[in-house]
Parts: sequence; structure tokens; C-alpha cells
Amino acid sequence: MPDLDPVFAGLPLTALADAALSRARDLGAQHADLRVERIVTQSVDLRDGRVTGVADDVTVGLAVRVIVDGVWGFASHGDLTPSRAAATAERAVAVARTLAPVAVERVERADEPVHVAEWVSAYDVDPFTVPTREKVELLTEWSHRLLASDGVDHVQAGVAQVRENKFYADLTGTRTTQQRVRISPTFTATSVDRGAGAFETMSTLAPPVGRGWEYLTGTGWDWDAELAQVPELLAEKTKSPSVQAGPYDLVIDPTNLWLTIHESVGHATEYDRAIGYEAAYAGSSFATPDLLGTLRYGSEHMHVTGDRTQPHGLATVGYDDDGVATSTFDLVRDGVLVGYQLDRTFAPRLGLERSNGCAFADSPHHVPIQRMANVSLQPDPVRDTSTAELIAGVERGIYVVGDKSWSIDMQRYNFQFTGQRFFRIENGELAGQLRDVAYQATTTDFWGSLDAVGGPSTWVLHGAMNCGKAQPGQVAAVSHGCPSARFRGVAVLNTQEEGS
Amino acid sequence: MRPQEIVERTLAAAAHLHGCAVVVQESSEAVLRWANSTMTTNGHTTSGRVTVIAMVAVEGGTAAGVVSSSVAVTDPAQLADLVRAAEASARDAGPAQDAMPLPDPSETDPTWDDPAAETSIGVYGTFAEGLAEVLAGPQRQYGFASHELATTWLGTSAGVRRRWVQPTGSVELNAKTPDLSGSAWVGASTADFTDVDVVDLAAQAARRLDWGKRKVTLPAGRYETLLPPSAVSDLMIYLAWSMEGRPAQEGRSALSGPDGTRVGERLTGLPLTLACDPAAPGLAYEPFLTTTRSGDGVSVFDNGAPTRRVDWVREGVIAELGWSRAEAAEFGTTFTPPGDNLLLTGGSDASLEEMAGRTGRGLLLTCLWYIRLVDPASLLLTGLTRDGVYLVEDGEVVGEVDHNFRFNHSPLDVLRSATEVGATERTLPREWKDWFTRAAMPPVRVPDFTMSSVSLGR
Repeated sequence: MPDLDPVFAGLPLTALADAALSRARDLGAQHADLRVERIVTQSVDLRDGRVTGVADDVTVGLAVRVIVDGVWGFASHGDLTPSRAAATAERAVAVARTLAPVAVERVERADEPVHVAEWVSAYDVDPFTVPTREKVELLTEWSHRLLASDGVDHVQAGVAQVRENKFYADLTGTRTTQQRVRISPTFTATSVDRGAGAFETMSTLAPPVGRGWEYLTGTGWDWDAELAQVPELLAEKTKSPSVQAGPYDLVIDPTNLWLTIHESVGHATEYDRAIGYEAAYAGSSFATPDLLGTLRYGSEHMHVTGDRTQPHGLATVGYDDDGVATSTFDLVRDGVLVGYQLDRTFAPRLGLERSNGCAFADSPHHVPIQRMANVSLQPDPVRDTSTAELIAGVERGIYVVGDKSWSIDMQRYNFQFTGQRFFRIENGELAGQLRDVAYQATTTDFWGSLDAVGGPSTWVLHGAMNCGKAQPGQVAAVSHGCPSARFRGVAVLNTQEEGS
Repeated sequence: MRPQEIVERTLAAAAHLHGCAVVVQESSEAVLRWANSTMTTNGHTTSGRVTVIAMVAVEGGTAAGVVSSSVAVTDPAQLADLVRAAEASARDAGPAQDAMPLPDPSETDPTWDDPAAETSIGVYGTFAEGLAEVLAGPQRQYGFASHELATTWLGTSAGVRRRWVQPTGSVELNAKTPDLSGSAWVGASTADFTDVDVVDLAAQAARRLDWGKRKVTLPAGRYETLLPPSAVSDLMIYLAWSMEGRPAQEGRSALSGPDGTRVGERLTGLPLTLACDPAAPGLAYEPFLTTTRSGDGVSVFDNGAPTRRVDWVREGVIAELGWSRAEAAEFGTTFTPPGDNLLLTGGSDASLEEMAGRTGRGLLLTCLWYIRLVDPASLLLTGLTRDGVYLVEDGEVVGEVDHNFRFNHSPLDVLRSATEVGATERTLPREWKDWFTRAAMPPVRVPDFTMSSVSLGR
């Protein structure tokens, strides 16, 4: 296991906890927790092989959350001193007391065993130990490789890196110290046809992951192969025909399907959304608690789990921001809604004794809310069906690869997605690329049309660094694993016709 | 350590460099959030950040490195460390394409020595009383109120010393019928909450819920549509985000023309002007440029340059694109700084209600949601209507459509095809307010807004 960042380990964490928690208790808080966070980020961005920006940032702070007479209070500060921790606790209590007259409901929380633990995510090379010059040189070399290809006029490349340290302590005695590393390399090649007044782009399919710098040097992704492949695919795409709108059978690659899972299942099975906590902003969910156990979400091939334990998952962590030990749990089994993502406030509402560990705050200045676990579609447990075999079962269809545009309504019914690459399927075989494709569906219709999932060998972990939710807005990183999968009769739009 | 002292000590530590800019930001935010007519997550946060932008002479030109930290500054050695880190970052980055001499100071800032402004939960004194009344009412209430005071100090090695306090406040009310079959939304932006009457906002939402007592079903298709100011703002914001000059010049944007950009192209015969203006009453933003990143249309080397009114579209014609000073020099055009508000003007004095009164048959929207770019070449956007689509017939709202629509439409086409534009008013962009709160927009009538499919979402 990699070592904890010595700067974080050297902070006066115990003194801060003692100061904040004792002051909160003295002021009448029934619950109090302290988080101390240090989040280090770096972004390196290049345009056409030249650096446009290198930016390093460190965010530190402490947050105190209290429950006073059943009402939440929260306050945070950037100063990491015991006196400031105590003062922040006072302010959190004041917030709770100020708002008590307008708080109708009183907070109840599920119990959780006391944990005293240290946890570090799985990675080999802390990206913050790699010289920036080395990163610039690698991205420059990638850019020049792409620019040297016929038909590539512009290239954007970059890498974002995060190291997140978090200390949690509460009045029950739980004290956890954790460290996570994640990384997101990107590149996009652009081809411009000035005469036709058109341009086309193609981006890497590589997902952001909970790995270190080793991810850019050969562990977990074959960059050389993709850099060699993209110019040719882009050139083919610029010459490909525009799709004819209509229903198609789709074989969707994990590089695209992860995002559909994220939007149509991940967010729809967040309990806070399902009971309206996000109704004014991110939205609610069609999958309401009264349908738990009965809602036919999709076909019998649909088995979706939530977890915060998958190695290299972006939502993976040892203990959540409620001090709960994380786990794996079912959300949709045999096509039926069977579970939700929860925090300690929501678990009792479902009659559960424990939370499944989905509380998260993206910064010391934000209150923890229920955030998304790694929500993943499971592969065929019986047969290791290949993507080619799924394609072979399609007479007229489209193979969809890579994510691009996405949009879904506030109850997670109606969605529309595009992609990076679309391949026509004719009589079970790929027959060249198509352009201007978007697929559009209602969630339960779409998942109901799932007629086969690929086997374990097609299962890949993808994800996003920037899932947004809550007010004030919070950003979370989350992964989604899935196999290739086949859907029958999905509506495909021609985006040129939509806009004309 | 006081912010002014942080700036001076940092610049002193960076005196050996080619140049340096220091940005100190202190932010204070108080928020209220409620759902199911009860408070949920509320808080008061205070945070600060120091950003050092080091400009370093390197082989082949000048490089820039940006390092920022929210660690409280208690020791000058911390600042020297930040300068060293930014210098090292710059050397690793190599010569910057956007390198320029830092701008000279344009004026003395009389507020430079003032402290940070700070808000508190107390800003909601009167508002909270009204909110208690609203939450006790018959509808299910959901919403959010936020007030932030962000103070920025900018100092550069060229002598710029500027301070700015940016107030940002907003409130959103989402009222639903007890059975959740109806949903309505109203929102407002504010600098200090003294001008927000939450009881009146709730009454506006209740009126819309009343419209929903009669439901109608409509298929997808192209409809004459009245876009209220909030919906217009969310579409125009996407257009404003697409106004960078370099992508347009290089043929990779919707603003690209056959031989360069589309500046000079007429979008509409209506005298519409889309602009940002740092001096807009009630919507003001920094009169000087502060940025901690370089990219298309913006450069860290421009820190301290005066901002100005920019007409992206003037009298119906594409007029200006965003250019950093280096890009302006490279492409032979004019420095055009980004803005932090968006104003669409040039319509009539008509209110949305008056425009509805002149409608034979059309849709009246509330707001738009989950707007994303589908086709960058045409700026085709997709998204959904939200919290109320009302059918207007013979000048009257005759009912609420019992579902929402997914749309696919370009904001460029909104301007091209608009047949009527009403009076500009301050509004709150429903979707993009977290990034773009300050907007003044008119209602717009579009004869053929593309409702691509039906959404069952409510």
C-alpha cells in the first residue's frame, strides 16, 4: 500500500478533532463530525503540441457538521487550527439553531460500528512525484504523433490528476484517515475541411481511473495502439455517410454504455433523488421507493450493482463521509429495482439498519450528501460472449463506441446520447462508419430492449471525473463497469436533420 | 496575513522573475436548501485562495506557471514556496504561445486597502421569515437560496493593484402539488436579498400550478414557442461560451466562416444585441481581468487589463469574438476580454404575458434543463423543458402539457428565426446559474422550436 502523504499526516488532526467535537458536544449537539481535507490537483494542457497551461492547486480546510435537536448545521473554514475548529463548530451549531424554526423534519440516522482505520487507494506511482517536465514531454510527443498524420489539423491533449486526503472523526469515536489518487488523460484530434465548412473530431476512449502515473506508461491502457488508430478512424469518419434516422438494433461498447448507465441507472437509484431532495435542481427519479421490488427496470439480462470497493474505481474508498465502511450491493437484479444508494440519514427510511456508504463531500467547504457509488452492469455470468458475437446477432444495426454528448430529463426517463464512433452493422458484420448519430429512448424501454450482455472478457471500467449534483454544486468522480451489450429497436436520430 | 501583505510579499519574492501576478481571493457563502417543505442542508462557509502566476524567461520566449493554495498564510516562507513552485512549473511548461508583457496599471484603486467582505446566515433575516410562511403553505416546496461575497485582490509586477467585491445571490423556488402531478419553478438573482420577496415568488409559482389544473397531451413536433427570459439565457450562455476567436479562425467552431470567422454575418433582421458589460446596473463584474488559466480567448498574461463592454452580436450581426491580447496580435484583431454577465437587448417593451396574449396557438415554457452540445459545427443543443409547458390558444393559457419535451435546437437558430422579442429583464439561468448567474434577457417567440420527443419526466 502506498504511503500517506506526509504533509497531510503531519497536520494536527487529533487536536482539531478534539477541539471541534468537544465544543459541539458542549453546545448541545447530539451528533458532530469533523472532516479535514487536503486535495492536491494538477492539470497540464496542450494545444497543437504546445503547452497552454500548467496549473497546480492545493485545497485544505476543515468542516464541522452537527445535529442539534434533530436539525443539521454545517460550517467550514480554511484555517487548520484548534481554535478555528472550535469556532467552526460553534458556527455549525448556530446554523442549526437559526434554522430550527423552519425545519419540519427531525434527522434520524442509522447506526454504524466505530472504525479507527487508515486506507489508501490502489496505485503504483503518485503522479505528484513525477516531474511536470516529463508529463509535458509525453503529451507533446502524443500531440506530434497525431499531428504528423494526414488529415489531423489540430490536437488537444491534457492530463488532470488528483490526490485527495481526508480525515474523519465523530463523537462516537470513529477516526479514519484516507488517501485516493485519480488521473484523467485526454486527447482529441480535429480534422478541418475548410472548403466544405466542416470539421470532425475524435477523442481517446481512455477512461479516467483510480490509478497513478503508471496509467500513462502502459498499465491499464494501450496508448500507442490508440494513437496509431485514431487518425485513420478520423479520416474514415470524415468521409462516412450520414445516418438514416429510424429504429436500429444497437451493440453498445462499454466506452459508450457506461455513460448511459450513469445517467439512466446511477442517478435514478440515488435515494435522495428518489424522495425529492434534489427535485429543485439535479432532479428526482421515476424509480420511487414505492416501486422497490416491483419496478420492471429492464430485461432479465440486467443486473446492476453499486459498490465503493472496485479496485481503481473512481468512487472507491474505504469509509464514506458518514464514517461508514463501504460495500457492494444490488440495485437492479433480474431486471427489477431492488435497491438504492444510501447514506446514514436515508437507510432508516427503507427500514435498513446500516447505510451502504454513499455519503461524500467534494471539498471541505461542502456538506456531505448521498453521492454515486460505482454503478456497474454485470456481464453474462454463464457464457463469455464476445462483442463480435453480439454484433453477429444483428441484421441491421449500429455499433456505438465512445461517449460524447449526453442529456437526460430530471426524472431520468428520456435520454439522448451521441458517441465518438458509429459503425454500421449489416448481416452481423461491421460495414464502415456512420456520422450524425444520436440514440434516444425512455429508460425502461431501453433497458427492456436489452437482449444480451457480453461476457466477463468484454467488461471494462469507465467513468467520469466531473459528475455534478447538489446546491451548492458538488463534483464527484465515479466509475461504471459494463460489458458490451445489445439492444433491439432503439430510436436513432440524424442530428443534421434535427438541426435543420 | 492581510491579503494586501500577501500580494506585496509574494511580488517581492518574485522580483527576480520576468513577471508575476498574484491573485488573492476570499469567499464567504451562506446557503439555505429545502425539500418536501423542510430544510435539508444549510451552511456558512469561508474560504480563501492565493494564486501565483510566475512569468519566466526561458529559451524561446516566456513561460508561465500557475500555482494556487487555500492554505492559510501565516508565514512569508509559504509565499516564497509558492513562487518557487510556480517558477518551476513555468520552466517545465516551456515558452508560452500567449506570452505578452503584463498590462500597465490603468488607475489607482481607492478600495485596495479595504478588508474582505463577508456574508452570514443573517443575510436571510427577512427572507427566512417569508420562507417559513411559504413552507407552511399547501404546496410541496423545494428550493435553494445562496449568497456569496467574493473579494479579489490582484497585484502584478507591472504595478497593478486592484480589489473587487463580487456579490452573487440567487433563490429558486420549485413548488409542486401535494400529489406531485404539477410542478412550477421561479427564480431570481440578487446582490443582497433585500429585493427578494419570497412570498411573491411563491405566489407566481402557485399561479402556474393553477394553470396545470387542466392537462393537455401534445405530440413531439415543431411548435411556435414562447421562451421566457430564463430559457433564453441558458441558450444564449452556450452561444457566449462559443464565441472564442481562435477556434472560429481555425475552422473548428460554429462561428467559423469559409475564409475565417463569421464576424459580420447577419443573424436576424431584428436589432438584437448580445453583450457582456462590466458596468451593467445591478449585474456588474470586475472592471479588470483576473484569470488563473490560459485557453482560447483568455490568457494569464492579461491579468490586470481593463475589461469592457463586448457586443458579441450587435444589431443582429455577429460583431466580436473573444481574443486574448496575444491572439489579437497573432490574428491581427482587437483584444476582447471575456465577461461575467450576459445581456440580450433590442426587443420591444412587451412582457411575456403580453406576448402570450398575442399568441394564436403556441407553447409557453418555464425553463430548460440538461442542455448539452450535440453538434459543435451548428451549435445544435439538446435539452428538456422543465417545470411547466403551457398551451396558449387565442391569447390565453388553456392548460398545461402533461409531459415535457426533449428539444434539439441551436441558439444561433433561435436568433435567426425569432419573430418577436420582448422587454429585457434581469433573470436567473435555470441550468447555468452556478457558472453564469448575472443575466438580463427578453422573452423570445420562435415559430418552429424543435420538440424532438416526449419526456415523461415531470
